[in-house]
Amino acid sequence: MDLINAILEQILNGLRTGSIYALIALGYTMVYGIAKMINFAHGDIIMVGAYALYVFVGVLKINPVLAAILTIAVCALLGITIEKVAYKPLRNAQPLAVLITAIGMSYLLQNVALLIFKATPIPFGSIIKVPSVKIGALNISGLTIVTLVVTTISMILLTLFINKTKMGRAMRAVSEDKGAAELMGINVNQTISMTFAIGSALAAVAGILYISQYESLLPTLGALPGIKAFVAAVLGGIGSIPGAMLGGIILGIIESMSKAYISTQLADAIVFGVLVIVLLVRPSGLLGKMKIEKV
Amino acid sequence: MALLEVKNLGISFGGLKAVENLNMKIEKGALVGLIGPNGAGKTTAFNLLTGVYLPTSGSILLEGKNIVGKKPAEICQAGIARTFQNIRLFSKMTVIDNVKVALHNHFKYGLVSSLIHTPGYFKKEQEIQERAEEILKIFELESYQDTLASNLPYGKQRKLEIARALATDPKLLLLDEPAAGMNPNETAELMETIELIREKFGITILLIEHDMKLVAGICEYIYVLNFGTELANGTPQEVLNDPQVVKAYLGE
Repeated sequence: MDLINAILEQILNGLRTGSIYALIALGYTMVYGIAKMINFAHGDIIMVGAYALYVFVGVLKINPVLAAILTIAVCALLGITIEKVAYKPLRNAQPLAVLITAIGMSYLLQNVALLIFKATPIPFGSIIKVPSVKIGALNISGLTIVTLVVTTISMILLTLFINKTKMGRAMRAVSEDKGAAELMGINVNQTISMTFAIGSALAAVAGILYISQYESLLPTLGALPGIKAFVAAVLGGIGSIPGAMLGGIILGIIESMSKAYISTQLADAIVFGVLVIVLLVRPSGLLGKMKIEKV
Repeated sequence: MALLEVKNLGISFGGLKAVENLNMKIEKGALVGLIGPNGAGKTTAFNLLTGVYLPTSGSILLEGKNIVGKKPAEICQAGIARTFQNIRLFSKMTVIDNVKVALHNHFKYGLVSSLIHTPGYFKKEQEIQERAEEILKIFELESYQDTLASNLPYGKQRKLEIARALATDPKLLLLDEPAAGMNPNETAELMETIELIREKFGITILLIEHDMKLVAGICEYIYVLNFGTELANGTPQEVLNDPQVVKAYLGE
């Protein structure tokens, strides 16, 4: 009984971290689907979100719910701005140029944060104050509940948005054939902006949940969850939205199980090892479409 | 005033003049053909008309207004829609979603109502659904509405391309080799469809085609291109009996 409880607890921990990875992975996968680029600055949006929340709640003493909404807005605007300033001029450039620009953008964001907030970690208590729930011997923390509820709602809203609204249809059309979509009257620039805004808004939500878990602010805090979410997106099949969700959750559970039962130090190595194995067996990821060359 | 007037239109890629000094005048309601041997510049002309390429010379007047320099999406909204020589449907989307994408600009609702699905959202989406079904019905595609576009039979994919283009509510419809790869039955069916949409939508059509039977059968006027320049124009009888046209197609 104790063992089962312990395993359940680890699965819940895994779900919590995993659903945060999934939210971030959605941003990678959506941007990849529509702009055919890996936005390596995406992880740093999480960091900006965390600092923005700190400024709104810790410095300006704004109501936490309002502060969370403002944080999401700030990140969405930042996402649109980054695309307009750094990626749009390179839309017809080689993929390598775009990739390097994205890495440059990531360093820029980190260093601006370093300049403003300095390198010393800033302690910042969680804004999520929900009591924990006890089911039998199993203790579920309030943070876990809030994280799972928020990420589930976000994913449902996103799925409905993409499949059932005209903007979602435009996004799918642009991601499949930009030229044909444009000739059907779709404003491609606006659609790409929208994708960056949604991806960054999801990253902001992830940032808020992440900082509530780690309670310490650093300019580089987005790097690790960012890269892990990227792994999750590739694992699920980059470009696939259900893939990103599945990849994130699987990654989170593997990570928490490895930490609990194998080794805390080796957990990250195991996570990246799983990626290597999946890519060897299924190069397009779990839910990615295999490309079939027609001759 | 002609619906479309093309004056001295030209484009060169480096030293190659793909289209040169093209002049066309298409009246409202007309069904006009654009023919010519392979590589004559027909599809390039379509790409110029729809803003995919920026012409190096000349002007394109749609209802008297110059549309040169506008983006493809703006030209589509101004009233020119097209199909493609090699089918470019959104193959991972359903048949009805393909049509709905083309209805994008005709039904407006905001970001907030899309996110939280307000009653206004449901009303607009219902209207979009009804309009899309109506269009599919005209093309006898209504039973395929939830099929992925890539799973449609070839002839139906061509039809869906026309349906999607019509959904943008164009004044001028450009059809790029609509009968390419079709068997005689499918071609005959296509000719009927084209007649039908002219009746129902009162639309003006410019089509590129190699199938002379189709061109001579339905076009009222024909322009012939060869090596990027205009070789001849006139009624089907005039053009097909023109020695220059015969020479360009069959050699001496």
